[in-house]
Amino acid sequence: MQDDVVLSMRNICKSFPGVVALNKVDFTLRRGDIHALMGENGAGKSTLIKVLTGVYSKDSGQVNLAGTDKAITIKSPQEAQNLGIGTVYQEIALCPNLTVAENMFIGRGKYHVVNWKTMKKRADAILTKLNIPAGANEQLSNCSLAVQQMVAIARAVDMDCKVLVLDEPTSSLDEQEVEKLFTLMRDLQSQGVGIIFVTHFLDQIYEICNRVTVLRNGEFIGEYEIKDLPRIELISKMMGKELDEISKVHGLAKEEAISQTPLVEVKELSSVSGIKPFDFYTMPGEVTGFAGLLGSGRSECVRAIFGADRVTRGVKYFNGRRVNIKRPINAMKAGMGYLPEDRKRDGILADLSVRDNIIFALQVMNGFFKPISKKKAAEYTDRYIEMLNIKTASHDIPIGSLSGGNQQKVILARWLLTHPQYLILDEPTRGIDVGTKVEIQKLVLKLAEEGVSVTFISSEIEEMLRTCSRLIVMRDRGVVGELSRDEMTQDNIMRTIAGDVAEHE
Amino acid sequence: MNKRFTATTRALAHSQLLIPLLAFFLLIVFNLIRDPSFFSVALVKNNLGNMVLSGNLISIIDNASELALLAIGMTLVTAASKGQDISVGAAATIAGSVFINVLRANDMSLPMILFAFLASCVVAMLFGAFNGTLVALFKIQPMIATLILYTAGRDIAYWINGGASPDLTDKTLTNYFGTFFPGIPIPTPILLVCVCLIIMALILKFTNLGLYAQAVGINENAARLNGIDPVRIKLLVFIILGICVALAGSVNVCRMGSLNHKTALLDIEMDAILAVAIGGNALIGGKFSMVGSVMGAYIIRALQTTLYAMEVSSDAIKAYKAVVIIAIVLIGSPVVKKYASLLFSKLRKNTAVVQTGDL
Repeated sequence: MQDDVVLSMRNICKSFPGVVALNKVDFTLRRGDIHALMGENGAGKSTLIKVLTGVYSKDSGQVNLAGTDKAITIKSPQEAQNLGIGTVYQEIALCPNLTVAENMFIGRGKYHVVNWKTMKKRADAILTKLNIPAGANEQLSNCSLAVQQMVAIARAVDMDCKVLVLDEPTSSLDEQEVEKLFTLMRDLQSQGVGIIFVTHFLDQIYEICNRVTVLRNGEFIGEYEIKDLPRIELISKMMGKELDEISKVHGLAKEEAISQTPLVEVKELSSVSGIKPFDFYTMPGEVTGFAGLLGSGRSECVRAIFGADRVTRGVKYFNGRRVNIKRPINAMKAGMGYLPEDRKRDGILADLSVRDNIIFALQVMNGFFKPISKKKAAEYTDRYIEMLNIKTASHDIPIGSLSGGNQQKVILARWLLTHPQYLILDEPTRGIDVGTKVEIQKLVLKLAEEGVSVTFISSEIEEMLRTCSRLIVMRDRGVVGELSRDEMTQDNIMRTIAGDVAEHE
Repeated sequence: MNKRFTATTRALAHSQLLIPLLAFFLLIVFNLIRDPSFFSVALVKNNLGNMVLSGNLISIIDNASELALLAIGMTLVTAASKGQDISVGAAATIAGSVFINVLRANDMSLPMILFAFLASCVVAMLFGAFNGTLVALFKIQPMIATLILYTAGRDIAYWINGGASPDLTDKTLTNYFGTFFPGIPIPTPILLVCVCLIIMALILKFTNLGLYAQAVGINENAARLNGIDPVRIKLLVFIILGICVALAGSVNVCRMGSLNHKTALLDIEMDAILAVAIGGNALIGGKFSMVGSVMGAYIIRALQTTLYAMEVSSDAIKAYKAVVIIAIVLIGSPVVKKYASLLFSKLRKNTAVVQTGDL
């Protein structure tokens, strides 16, 4: 049995100033395992991965590779690679303007002379072997995200890797792409590569992993066979409390009087992003959702409503009155808030403090000549750190150094602080642990009870089923249907998304 | 006491101002060892009969005035546009030409001096807006966009001056604004810089200029989605830099009493960028420290004066300057910083071990 172990980490400890990130954590990876690493934000998943890949040095503990008794110290990512530990990060760390083959071999040769022909041949061989639908000469930026992800894996695997770390590889892929990635992972599994898989998607873990290690607050909770661990138990182990709360989050389905005027109504709206003109309305206190596959135009619709993309046609009404929303600031002043899909690109101001990030939108609404006083800003920050349970060492540390979930909470706090009447949340739960997901869903329902209209977009249909009382279904950049509370089932949504395709065929 | 000391040192180690402070410290120590009289400041009677301060320190701060003024504006431009304006020297000669020509065409009086300055301000702000439009609206990289005015600026000044190097026969300007007002022992340019710094501090305190400029520099998308118009902010910082350019150009005219479009404020754009960098500001934009940049300007000037005092020939001075600047920039580089902080934490650990050992 011991022979099967390709990696064992024992009693790993790592602390940062003021925080113990890992406290005596164990992790064992066996040959041909797909081993999930689970935990909430700040549980220590990324720290453990970074210790393994040589980004951080551990304070104490022992790492052994491939059953040898000799403890090793990994000092740099390069060294980790040489030891056969390949890593693919969430953000693809390749060069989009180089070809696939170049990306696979760049910086790897012993000699700094490149033999283009052999390189291309070898790349092609690997791509065929792993069934990756890309040519060696293709420019990487022309490949889909999934293929890019696969190329990154191919690069790691080709370096003779015995341990492959996949850190949230699926968070920007759609379902089909995920399936392709899983096929590749299974191939590697059968070749005896041990895979460490970090993700927030429970479905994916139950689909592909055979083992899971759970961390909580930097502590090792346990290692389990997936088939022996029901979902609800896994979640409760991650959260450290019995969790029937998840089932408690349930829709409100507040019946709206028909005579009420919609809070927001748009007609024949279209923007430079190229979506087909669409109509949309939302009642006060209603939670609506946009469902559809990745790239179906969900985000583009809400961006058009908020004025984030330049509107090319259509009219908007707010509280029954026609409004002219050309830029985000107009929308904000009317009483809207928009939490963007891509937190890193559109949300956070990485170098600015948590405090500045929280007050930012309110500050802009107040105007150029009315800075919020330091005292007020501290007060707001305290209030929302407490209310949303944001884990941060102080007000002053840059938001970029917080974990993803906490960053998201800060951006959420930013919009809550402006007290919007209509709040658009575009993928607020992406890349966030289960506990925070539930918190955010609850918050959405609470806001709705207070009369705030919310539009909630999520790639996880289940989540939308739980929170939304009406769903707009989209396909190919246009609205293809609308489902009321009673019609909302997973099946129905799928059928609406697929609907027209069936007719054409 | 000890705890507070460590807290202060740690705050300092993380502060942007570490590099400029360190550079200052080294310059002072070096000069103290070399020649303590370098620091002597005396109250002397100048040739107009005023009691004025004189000494190396005063001349350093005085002569750095134009550079400090430009560094103020350059800091904002760097923060918001993630690039630098390399046309400030050329633009300052244009502003100076406007200033001097308005004065030559009219009688010298205080209102007329103010009017001349306002005229040069308007012109410099227009050129700033030109640069700003290229950068903000057409999204051209700042260095490329300002390369245009860098190339053409001094020729435009030549054209404004009608091909000559104009000078002022009336000495009011050079006697008062360029040097000292009677009864005030501090050189007027220093006072002007102080006033500008105070105004800038007030602007940063009572408006959101700082926050907006940093937000646009850090993440333009996020800034836009939170209601800021990045185009307007970038335009604004270039126009503010225009005001700084007008001030620098006019101060230079006051100091010299003439304007030579070929030599006035030559290469000052590079020093201004350097001042921003020495001030601990990232040249790729984002967070900034105005104080750091102004300190940077004084450091550059102090360095120059030190080298002059060491009788380095003026032709060789740039090479010597380069050596010192390499040192400063290296100290501030991420690699050295990382090693320093590692060393620091190791030292702390060792002391901690010793302390527990004592117990």
